[in-house]
Amino acid sequence: MIENFAVVLQKYGTLYLQGLALTLELTALSLAAGFILAWPLAAALHSRRRTARIPARGFVYVMTGTPLLVQLFLVYFGLGQFAAVRESALWPLLREPYWCALLAFSLNTAAYSAEIFGGALKNAPPGEAEAAKSFGMGGMQIFTRIAAPSAFRRALPAYGNEMIFLMHGTSLASVVTILDLTGAARVAARGTFAFGESYFVAVALYMATTALLAAAVKLAERRMLAHLRPAAV
Amino acid sequence: MQPLLGYEARFAAGLAITAAVALCALALALSLGLAGAGAKLSPNRWARVAAEVYTTAVRGIPELLFILLFYHEAQKLLNFVLSDAAAQSTEVLQIPPFWAGVLGIGFFYGAYMTETFRGAFLAVPRGQSEAGLAVGLSRRTVFWRVIFPQMLRHALPGIRNNWLVLLKATALVSVIGLSDDMMAVANQAKAKTQLPFLFYCAAAAGYLFLTAISGAAFNRLEKYARRGIA
Repeated sequence: MIENFAVVLQKYGTLYLQGLALTLELTALSLAAGFILAWPLAAALHSRRRTARIPARGFVYVMTGTPLLVQLFLVYFGLGQFAAVRESALWPLLREPYWCALLAFSLNTAAYSAEIFGGALKNAPPGEAEAAKSFGMGGMQIFTRIAAPSAFRRALPAYGNEMIFLMHGTSLASVVTILDLTGAARVAARGTFAFGESYFVAVALYMATTALLAAAVKLAERRMLAHLRPAAV
Repeated sequence: MQPLLGYEARFAAGLAITAAVALCALALALSLGLAGAGAKLSPNRWARVAAEVYTTAVRGIPELLFILLFYHEAQKLLNFVLSDAAAQSTEVLQIPPFWAGVLGIGFFYGAYMTETFRGAFLAVPRGQSEAGLAVGLSRRTVFWRVIFPQMLRHALPGIRNNWLVLLKATALVSVIGLSDDMMAVANQAKAKTQLPFLFYCAAAAGYLFLTAISGAAFNRLEKYARRGIA
């Protein structure tokens, strides 16, 4: 048991660290892209305009109703079915598993985040926007300066969970040959035949990362919701 | 008309197998969730610690990794336990991928169900069980007739969420080698026809279909659990 761990770490230690770095990179980039996409989507989800609401709801319904693996395969294998895609300028990117994974993860987290942010936007106290309006702010200004920041604070606990789910979701990248943390574990498992030990190393690293991420979210919550805590006497 | 180029029947069968994996895993996850919640709320310190370790560990790792780990380790454990009995035969026992998937997914989501049930049990006011005991019901009857039905009302929204995630996790079972679920059929059809977009769209549609049915089923269940209340 112990010897097996030693062999796995000695032979594949660097691969695990590179895998962990790639997992963190995929997570951070998809979260950033998803975050930017999520806000307009969130605003559209509860928009009064049907032309905005219906496509946004359709997108979120499909993305949250189907497995991430199917979405990844649709991007990675599916897009190449069309000659128009293969002849387009984007093909050198869409041929690479890395960019396909990034695209699939970003769209996926955009949909889940939009649902979270949309709910928080809808539950805003009406006085906030009214106060901003009476100060002479325009619609866009109210959204970026008042409504969105206030919604983000309320959404933070749920969004923190989504961040962790996405981090775990990036493990699917290993299915399309990417050597993320799970991919590294699968290579080590096949190379040493010490399946349990190889996977356990990845388990430990994922658990540590999850704990760190959860602690970071807790800290952010404390800071951003500080004004709601009872004042110290 | 053959929208799936002759794969319609196999796709439908695959859909049924995917649903079967999900339902069996749900049954396991619900049982583990109830047991886990019981352990977390029990006066026994070791039970509480064990349940805490279970939920913390599982919720810290990706489901794919858990399923891979579980698939290989359960195999090893089973062969180790049976090794005395099977000493004569040199055959290595293989857990069929269907059941490996069910057990892996069930164990994984059992941790999430534990949290759901724990919260739901805590939401039932203490006075309810005290009242039950006061009118002379046995502890067992108090649990099944007084606490459980009220707990269910609080647990159903969480169970619905966990079920929807669990259902989508069944797509991963093809990765550990199940060869006839919907995802595996899509993979095989893709390899044969070179039409990946068509077949993965069909798989996506299959999952949307399952999600839609379960949404309707949960609406009815939630209505039933709320009966008698406003």
